[in-house]
Amino acid sequence: MGERLLTITDLRIEGRADEQWIPIVNGVDLTLDKGEVLGLIGESGAGKSTVGLAAMGYTRDGVRIAGGSVEFDGIDLVNAPLMQKRALLGKRIAYVAQSAAASFNPAHKLIDQHSEAPVRHGVMRKGESEEDAIELYRRLRLPNPEEIGFRYPHQVSGGQLQRAMTAMAMSCRPDLIIFDEPTTALDVTTQIEVLAAIRDIVEQFGTSAIYITHDLAVVAQMADRIKVLLRGDEVEEAPTRQMLEAPQEDYTRSLWAVRSFKRPAKPAPAADAVPVLSVQNVTAGYGKATVLRDVSFDIHEGRTVAVVGESGSGKSTAARCITGLLPPRSGQVELDGQALPLDYRNRSKEQLRQVQMIYQMADTALNPRKTIGEIIGRPVEFYLGLRGKAKRARVEELLTQIELPPGEFIDRLPSELSGGQKQRIGIARALAAEPKFIICDEVTSALDQLVAEGILKLLARLQDDLKLSYMFITHDLATVRAIADEVVVMKDGEVVEQGPKADMFTPPHHPYTDLLLSSVPEMDPDWLSELLAERGRDNLGDAAVGSMD
Amino acid sequence: MSFWTWTLAIALAVFGGAWLMRALGRRLTGNAPYFRDMPYAVAFGYVAAVAAVIGGAVLWVQPNAVFFRWAVQGFVIAAALAFVFRLAGRHIGSEGTRKAFRTMPLTAAFGILTILVYAVLAIFAGLLAPYGQAEVFAQPNMLPGGDPASGGDPAHPLGTDQIGRDLLTRLIYGAQNTVGIAFATTCLAFLLGGSLGFLAAVIGGWFDNLLSRAVDVLMAIPSLIFALLLMTIASAWAGSERWLLTIYMIVIIAVIDSTRVFRLARAVGQNIVVMDYIEAAKLRGEGLRYLIFREILPNATAPLLAEFGLRFCFVFLTIAALSFLGVGIQPPLADWGTMVRDLAQFINFAAFSPLAAALPLMAAGAIALLTVAVNFVVDWVLHRSSGLKD
Repeated sequence: MGERLLTITDLRIEGRADEQWIPIVNGVDLTLDKGEVLGLIGESGAGKSTVGLAAMGYTRDGVRIAGGSVEFDGIDLVNAPLMQKRALLGKRIAYVAQSAAASFNPAHKLIDQHSEAPVRHGVMRKGESEEDAIELYRRLRLPNPEEIGFRYPHQVSGGQLQRAMTAMAMSCRPDLIIFDEPTTALDVTTQIEVLAAIRDIVEQFGTSAIYITHDLAVVAQMADRIKVLLRGDEVEEAPTRQMLEAPQEDYTRSLWAVRSFKRPAKPAPAADAVPVLSVQNVTAGYGKATVLRDVSFDIHEGRTVAVVGESGSGKSTAARCITGLLPPRSGQVELDGQALPLDYRNRSKEQLRQVQMIYQMADTALNPRKTIGEIIGRPVEFYLGLRGKAKRARVEELLTQIELPPGEFIDRLPSELSGGQKQRIGIARALAAEPKFIICDEVTSALDQLVAEGILKLLARLQDDLKLSYMFITHDLATVRAIADEVVVMKDGEVVEQGPKADMFTPPHHPYTDLLLSSVPEMDPDWLSELLAERGRDNLGDAAVGSMD
Repeated sequence: MSFWTWTLAIALAVFGGAWLMRALGRRLTGNAPYFRDMPYAVAFGYVAAVAAVIGGAVLWVQPNAVFFRWAVQGFVIAAALAFVFRLAGRHIGSEGTRKAFRTMPLTAAFGILTILVYAVLAIFAGLLAPYGQAEVFAQPNMLPGGDPASGGDPAHPLGTDQIGRDLLTRLIYGAQNTVGIAFATTCLAFLLGGSLGFLAAVIGGWFDNLLSRAVDVLMAIPSLIFALLLMTIASAWAGSERWLLTIYMIVIIAVIDSTRVFRLARAVGQNIVVMDYIEAAKLRGEGLRYLIFREILPNATAPLLAEFGLRFCFVFLTIAALSFLGVGIQPPLADWGTMVRDLAQFINFAAFSPLAAALPLMAAGAIALLTVAVNFVVDWVLHRSSGLKD
């Protein structure tokens, strides 16, 4: 590859908590040559973002570099004077954050923010920099490159914003860009555009990059080498192909194996069976906008129906119609063959009990000021009328069911739990009502892959034990493959295709299903290139999605 | 030299001194990172602080800077008391309170100590005060200090007012009246504004609109003038029943101040209402009362508590202001606002007799001290509650 650009040796980073310094990163070594892309992967808490920021000589507040060195092109970034670092950052080292929407200043136009770094560093004058921005927008295949820079961040979609941010990082033609999970918040079809754009522009300018992500399939497309981190320690490092084909460590292998969890689909229900829940010709919307158009599907006892689609496709709205939070304009929802009142306020306690919900963000789904015992105990008391010792016994039983030791957890607050444990508490709260039907709204999308797999296995086991029916809302087709019996594909508020899982994953597909399926990254490093060749690069991007209508 | 030349010279000296200080620091320490990365503003801050200390010392020795010397002495004594109080708190009490005292800034310790002292004075005013609050003595307008040579009397250490009532006694009873009434008013304002605010946040729609517009109307009228107007009406209603007027005042100020509480509670409530756990509770079929008191209120305590502290100060100042204007707490009840008004003309003698000017300043100081103390504590509570979230 050539010259060495970045050398990190024995980097140790500590964070301040409870009045003492706690190690976050324990002695990580890292090297990067010019023009090379290094993938950093690991679960949340692995210290990958911390290492990424340290490569810029920067640490977040309350975090310090305790030892080791970071050498960028012969400059020691740990001990460099502030002025010297300032001259480097933005000009020779740039950073692309996970949430472009949160990282752009909403009060300024994109192009003004783009020009800030080059003008400040004296690389270009304002006019030159704006011309250059338009050129970069064109190369990143943003629609209307001449005009898009003069919009405000809220007038641009998430995928476009992420590309605009990459253009901004490129504005001074840096030697090194740090990408911190740039596509994690995006839909699969949008993710492809951004990945392709990033990969091309990094290649064109010969920029080195550190690509941080938790998604193995993504890193396989982007990186020349992969480094795996676990709780601040390096697990292993190898060139991408070698790492994918023959991982050395057990931990790496377990990461690789996550996507292999698959449950055989159950036999189809009897033709005359009454579905547990039936959505019939539901049309609904907010204000004047119609979000759902004539949506119908059935969910039978003990089965899982996955509702798939991109954000904005109306899958969460369908859930809101079923729960009664959003009364549909027409159509109805039946539970066990009985029509449910459209508004949840008109439903009986018994009807409310039968339909429970598990939320995507366990952080906001659990009241932070209540203990686990109170959170799970409330539905037990409210629906089943248990009190005192009987209630506590039931809560303990539920905690055992979700595989958490009751004695240890019952008096804790949600903030003292990990993400996966919180999600389990959410499941226990739904179970506490002893329902027939549970809506799982993206329950695994905020979790690390290993943890998510544990949750999926738990849900599958509970379904077998308790004969539960699930409506599983997700945008992740790997999850669908893992646990669904039937699949409903939604787009723009309409069901485009539905049927048993086996049918959905074998061609022929509806064109939109095909687009969704082919957009899921695979672990093969050549996947992206092949896909792009197949689709024809110039059509890629918004045009590709548009042509499907 | 004229005033302006002096100012210019001092400013130039500070600006140059800062640059010189930083350059010297770099030279002498071999370019240590501390001096190397020091922004000019920080160096300027250091030098300006030194200049301020020197200026203070110069002012201290001026013969007629009496109030400055009092202020500095008071500041040092307060700091020392707060330090001792915090030291004691770190060794006495339960594990929880000791831990709180260990991380407490000195300002918060001072605030808590002051509030404690006020509370003790207010509760035990009858026992602590040397005389009755309406008791009139022969000699009016006696100066504080208790020194007969300078117009004082050892029997009245803080002097007497214009009709001869003991000022120490009236200050102590003032704590009871002013602070007690302010506390009751604030509680009422919170009960009213808080519950309506949460209701508006949960129910939303036309109910929220109705309440919010009503509150907007109330807030559009300048609060002191509105309170004055209502108090004038109330005093006609109260007639000769003076105690009724106090009740009216509590209600009027509580209603006016509850508009601010309403806005806060509604804003905080709206942020909490969109959380998934509220949706989960609604879908469970929980009633309004459970939603507000069990789900929302526990998550809103930190901002409400902080607001309580601030609102208390405002209510307290409003009462003092109304009393100063003559429609608040009625004589012969002792009240700090009335005391400031009654003795206000003594402030004109500040240049000749600092002790005479101290007469109205004592009551004003009591108001100021409590306001500052409450704010110190509120700052600390806010800092702690926001720190816990991270």
